Amino acid sequence: MTGFVTLLYKELLRFWKVGFQTIMAPMVSTLLYLLIFFHVLEAHVEVYPQVPYPVFLIPGLVMMAVIQNAFANSSSSIIQSKISGNIVFILLSPISYQAIFLAYILASIARGLLVGLGVYVVTLLFFDIPLELPGWALLFVILGSAILGALGLIAGIWADKFDELAAFQNFIILPLTFLSGVFYTIHSLPVGWQYLSHLNPFFYMIDGFRYGFFGVSDISPYISLAIVAICLVMISMLAIHLLKKGYKLRH
Amino acid sequence: MLPAIEVKHVSKRYGAVRALDDIDLEIHSGEFFALLGPNGAGKTTLISIIAGLSLVDSGDVTVMGHHVIRNYQQARLNLGVVPQELVFDPFFTVREILRIQSGYYGITGNNRWIDEIIERLDLADKADTNLRALSGGMKRRVLVAQALVHKPPVIILDEPTAGVDVELRQTLWDFIKQLNQDGHTIVLTTHYLEEAETLCNRVAMLKQGKIIALDSTKNLIGTMTSGQTVKLKILPDKLPPVLRPLLIAQAYGLHELRIENYAHIEVILSALRAADIQIVEMHLQQPDLEDVFLKLMRKNKESA
Ligand SMILES: Nc1ncnc2c1ncn2[C@@H]1O[C@H](COP(=O)(O)OP(=O)(O)OP(=O)(O)O)[C@@H](O)[C@H]1O
Ligand SMILES: [Mg+2]
Repeated sequence: MTGFVTLLYKELLRFWKVGFQTIMAPMVSTLLYLLIFFHVLEAHVEVYPQVPYPVFLIPGLVMMAVIQNAFANSSSSIIQSKISGNIVFILLSPISYQAIFLAYILASIARGLLVGLGVYVVTLLFFDIPLELPGWALLFVILGSAILGALGLIAGIWADKFDELAAFQNFIILPLTFLSGVFYTIHSLPVGWQYLSHLNPFFYMIDGFRYGFFGVSDISPYISLAIVAICLVMISMLAIHLLKKGYKLRH
Repeated sequence: MLPAIEVKHVSKRYGAVRALDDIDLEIHSGEFFALLGPNGAGKTTLISIIAGLSLVDSGDVTVMGHHVIRNYQQARLNLGVVPQELVFDPFFTVREILRIQSGYYGITGNNRWIDEIIERLDLADKADTNLRALSGGMKRRVLVAQALVHKPPVIILDEPTAGVDVELRQTLWDFIKQLNQDGHTIVLTTHYLEEAETLCNRVAMLKQGKIIALDSTKNLIGTMTSGQTVKLKILPDKLPPVLRPLLIAQAYGLHELRIENYAHIEVILSALRAADIQIVEMHLQQPDLEDVFLKLMRKNKESA
């Protein structure tokens, strides 16, 4: 237990010590997105009745920030340790693989939530954002950041170089995020695209998260919850399996 | 008694390279053991396998009776490893990293022991310095410190004195010797053979992934060398016939003669005097581990 707590503490400290770069910077860039979309699309039609577009957009952007930072946290931590070689200290330690996994994921959740909360609080100053069902919002933001934390762990283990990690991010994480309905409701899409969107697990995270704010969603939050939970379990099992096998960590 | 480390039929390949070829090795509890061999012999590979950092192709390894894969947590709790590469975490200071390292091994409130390690390794001035700002030798000391935070029964040091200044080398070995006296099993690799000779009671020599010699330091030197010798430069440069049988080597104008004991020198001197030969230079040579090492490596090259 102490081993797990220590690793978690170290992982938290790792991003906290460079908080400007790991929390402030992503908050600012998310708010810039909002500013741009707000100005360009202010006249956009209402997505949900009584919900102006910027307000509709905010939960999506918050979730996007959460997703990106949860992923960035575990992936960059692992790849930095791998490249600098100090991952040996974790590999040599008696901490169980499950505990290693959990420590990295919790640190990812923490960073995701901090950035997300930061963005949310700042937008509250300018917009009146409803929060109908905070429990649902919290549930989805935690599950979403956990999934991305686990994906980050896998990507960090898999990648040998920073550009491989960047490729993972640019070709997998980013498209899945942008095509998940961060900026729109999928009902505004042609039918074919709607079906495709349903294959994207990120769609359910964001739709479920948005449900927590507006009490309305494209799809039943229970279905989203089930799908997101199943994804988390599967990705976690894969991550723990890789840790156990020492894939790309132990020669 | 339970062996500290047991290596059974371990083989490991990297592509076409046989890094380890069916290694069998038992290191007893309380030993001070040296793993020697030229660059690329497989020392680090063997250590990595014992530490669980590398995985075997075949074979089994236990540390204090715990299988390093099946029972990895117990095995790792019993082991402290100083890696050969200078690795460090640039986010933390020396003291922070030692506290974190203690935590990894389930230890809280380890401050007294951490202070002692810091003191013994002469890191007190740098305790609150970020690791990034330390010199190479200092980083090496921190690596040693990290391996010791949990007082592991088995300590493996992979070239701990590479890049470390003379004074610290001395203090480091004093510290390690004391740990050995307190019952810790020590395994080290080094390219300074005189270190291994003075410290270790047993030696394994590795070459191209095979153990080519495994014995007590004393036995190796006793059986593998020609004993004490004396090297002479003489004028005129012509060895008297009576001394010829003693000659074992001749190089750079020096004749190397085998001697049984110090009294034997007297015999040689009088033979030279009788032949009216002057001594220009004389060195007494004690055989050491380096002779054994060179001889073994040479012999293996011929047979290979
Ligand atoms: N990760 C790796 N990938 C490929 N080959 C490797 C790897 N690690 C070691 N080797 C090869 O295995 C052999 C043994 O290497 P090892 O590092 O164990 O030698 P060593 O005895 O520790 O040498 P040194 O005294 O230089 O530290 C070498 O031929 C080396 O090139
Ligand atoms: Mg080596």
